[in-house]
Amino acid sequence: MAHAKPLATLRSATGIPTGRLAVWWVLASEVVIFGGLLGVYLMHRIGHPEWADAAAHTQTWIGALNTFVLLTSSFTAVLAHQAAEKGNGKEAAKFLCFTILGAMTFLVVKSFEWYNEISHGYTITANTFWSFYYTAAGLHALHVIAGAIIMGVVAFDAFRGRELHRVELIGIYWHFVDVVWIFLFPLLYIAK
Amino acid sequence: MADTVVDVHQHEHAGHDGHHDPHWIVKYLWSTDHKIIAMQYLFTGMFMGIIGAYMAYVFRMQLAFPGISVPGFGQVSPGEYNSLITNHGSIMIFWVAMPVLIAAFGNYLIPLMIGADDMVFPRINRLSYQIFLVSAIILLASLFVEGGGFGGAWTSYPPLSAEGDYNQTNLGSSLWLLAVALEFVAFLLGGINFITTLMNSRAPGMKAYDIPMVLWMIVIASILFMLSVGPLIAGAVMLFFDQTINTGFYDPTRGGDPILWQHLFWFFGHPEVYVVLLPAIGITVDVIATFARKKIFGYKLVLYTAVATGVLSFFVWAHHQFIAGIDPRMANVFTITTLLISVPIAELLFVMIATLYGGSIRLTTPMLWALAFIAEFLIGGVTGIFLGASGADIYFHDTYFVLAHFHYTFFPIAIIGTFCGFTYWFPKMFGRMMNDTLGKIHFWGTIIPFNFIFIPLFVLGMGGQHRRIYNFQHFPELAGPEMYSLRQIATISLLIMLAFQAVFFFNMFWSWFKGEKAGKNPWKANTLEWTTESPPGHGNWPPDQMPVVYRGPYEYGHPDREEDYWPQHLPS
Amino acid sequence: MERFLIQASTYAGSIDGVIMLIALLVGFWFLLAEGIFFWLIWKFRARPGEKSQYLTGKEKHVKRWITIPHALVLLCDVFIIIASVRVWYDVKQQLPEADSTIRVIGQQWAWTFQHPGIDNELDTDDDIYTVGDLHVEVEKTYHFQLQSRDVLHSFSVPVFRLKQDAIPGRSITGWFQATETGDHDVQCAEICGIGHGIMAARIHIEDAQTHAQWIADASAATTP
Repeated sequence: MAHAKPLATLRSATGIPTGRLAVWWVLASEVVIFGGLLGVYLMHRIGHPEWADAAAHTQTWIGALNTFVLLTSSFTAVLAHQAAEKGNGKEAAKFLCFTILGAMTFLVVKSFEWYNEISHGYTITANTFWSFYYTAAGLHALHVIAGAIIMGVVAFDAFRGRELHRVELIGIYWHFVDVVWIFLFPLLYIAK
Repeated sequence: MADTVVDVHQHEHAGHDGHHDPHWIVKYLWSTDHKIIAMQYLFTGMFMGIIGAYMAYVFRMQLAFPGISVPGFGQVSPGEYNSLITNHGSIMIFWVAMPVLIAAFGNYLIPLMIGADDMVFPRINRLSYQIFLVSAIILLASLFVEGGGFGGAWTSYPPLSAEGDYNQTNLGSSLWLLAVALEFVAFLLGGINFITTLMNSRAPGMKAYDIPMVLWMIVIASILFMLSVGPLIAGAVMLFFDQTINTGFYDPTRGGDPILWQHLFWFFGHPEVYVVLLPAIGITVDVIATFARKKIFGYKLVLYTAVATGVLSFFVWAHHQFIAGIDPRMANVFTITTLLISVPIAELLFVMIATLYGGSIRLTTPMLWALAFIAEFLIGGVTGIFLGASGADIYFHDTYFVLAHFHYTFFPIAIIGTFCGFTYWFPKMFGRMMNDTLGKIHFWGTIIPFNFIFIPLFVLGMGGQHRRIYNFQHFPELAGPEMYSLRQIATISLLIMLAFQAVFFFNMFWSWFKGEKAGKNPWKANTLEWTTESPPGHGNWPPDQMPVVYRGPYEYGHPDREEDYWPQHLPS
Repeated sequence: MERFLIQASTYAGSIDGVIMLIALLVGFWFLLAEGIFFWLIWKFRARPGEKSQYLTGKEKHVKRWITIPHALVLLCDVFIIIASVRVWYDVKQQLPEADSTIRVIGQQWAWTFQHPGIDNELDTDDDIYTVGDLHVEVEKTYHFQLQSRDVLHSFSVPVFRLKQDAIPGRSITGWFQATETGDHDVQCAEICGIGHGIMAARIHIEDAQTHAQWIADASAATTP
């Protein structure tokens, strides 16, 4: 749909492009959501040392693998941004597709991991540690899915050379998703 | 970058030339125009307000005349009573105060007052309203499902709210929670739009201190909302899981903690008070400056105290939980922070009062509402001190004193603030003046009964009457005849107040079609929205006449000028 | 405050004292602010041909009108904080030596009271359980252990000015000492479901003799 942008969108009284400004505010609101959840989890974890027994059943090496996958996908997002800066939409779209591939890999690994855990009886209602585990990781996975979908749209546009500035914006968001995982991984997997 | 601007400009111009009227559905229901979206929020908010008022009418009748068959409802059962008070609170805060004060006025005023043609993300703006509408529909639907609407109070404390066995409104409570969560999403989207628009899309020449106060307040409120609601969203997901798939986040027998929800809720809930308060203060400040023909007494003072209030509001939440079983030592800390917040709030009121000094005050209807805001909010403010002081709160907690206190804050905010803004900007919104005589009849018919509703409730609270009790016959000390007469005074005053709202609606519709034509600037005000047509067309100004700003918004009574106002867009 | 409801505990007077102190201080500010407010509206009403003054609020002698009240409000806050924290400490933070201990259990929608019985010790065979009636002796210090079986409740005795939430999974200890005999309301002050409005109880404050008689009667009734 052709949509004429209002003059308001093109102004930049702060000097920061409107899109980037908005993405930072989105991230600010996301930070407090994850911050709230992880803060609550930490308080509970300190109050319940016995949760370490439950945490011992998480598979650290799968978590580590997923960390690696996400970090790599963030790297390709940076490459996509560089290509977009140079005005090379096709190149940017290619790297974005690599990032989407990373997101898919992450989700596939995650679903095998969860399938394994659930079949061993560690469901979301097993105890409150597992409730937190599935809620926090699930909320993060939702962000991965949403990010992958938006990235697909951006890559589609970028391939046609449209809206190249959005490559940077989705990149910022993707780094944030990555950083959230960097917090989740030690808190849910490593701390035993 | 500069090239693109020119391009789009020309493109838009072409669009204007080849103008054709879209279908009315597209125009009014699928529009991305900020003014239409503001109207959608405004009228949805008013509609929800009527429902909230109807609920108040039903449960007030039950309280004053227990057991009667309420006209228009029938006999009230205890479950229905709980559901009515819960949804009255939720509706009035989330579906009336927020959409009207922040979304409607924010959407309408931000682009117009900063000299822009629209919000920066018009389609996100439309999405925000659509999500809001869905949330309102879900909330209303939750009242009619099996088991009835949720009845665990708007604070929704678990375990009562988490377990169907305890609240007996299984589906109703889940739908309520879903509606609230969707409403939060709508306002997050809207808030990002407001903040970005104000930061980036100001007219050339408009510096930070040239922004009208109401916009600052709406944007500070959006930031407060955005930063406080996150933990509650996480908490709401957890509560939703507790309700639906039987996790144990708030269940003490399974390692959870019911108090956790209270922390998350009030960490949001207290800033939320300021989220709705600040826009109302902003509207009042603007209206007072216009009708006192005065520069506001210390622009930066107002701005910084508002920011200070906002920051402090993140550190006071546990004053709602003094006796909730938290560590008693924490109460001392929160007593101190809570009482400190009285300083910036008092200062805001002092500044508003001081602005009157040396003015030339014209008592038009909007000005009466603005002055009433100050007079009534003062009562709400000072009674809050009793509740913030932990020692006094042991007694007052959860009594009608609390109820009367926060109605003395929320009524000025949500009702007086809305009427103040609505009567002030009505000429701009609809191009015609409202009838002043009818406006004043409505004003006095609302303000006087309002005081007679809630002053008796203060007295009942001091007599030890607790909230959320549907019938006092089981409490001999609360069932005396003098207590019933106080309750009846409150209820009858409510009926009088509601009756006077008919005057408002008549005035609104009559003036909309038959009122006197307003012209561009009927109030001789300075801000940019008064420089365009009433009502403004699509794009607000013709593309070649976008305003440029030369001075602050409150240059009234300047000695260098013959007229007592000096619009922002006029070159010196 | 006694005009609204009698004071029947040792700390009711001091809680009402805080309320009175706040009423005086904020009452003063309230009347002052409203007085100035209405005076200004009258004094500076619009008169034909007169223009408003141009004051920015930046001059020092004008700013005083805000900064001095600002400091005074802060000072009043300090007084209120001190008074409030002292009373709070007495009522909630410290526990005086108990003459007797009772247990208060909230559930949907009734209060159960566990009295210690003849041996004056809780959790022994001669404990007396009652539903909806709490019997205490005047001028004796009681500890109460507050518990809940299901949702949040709040144990409120308005004549004592006492209120405390009951939380499932926890036992919260508090204290009171009654100062005069009589029968009064106990309310639940936290919404607890459909029956919140019927969750009433009575507290019977008795002199030593009546109380001993009640214990004897109740024990005789429960032990076969």
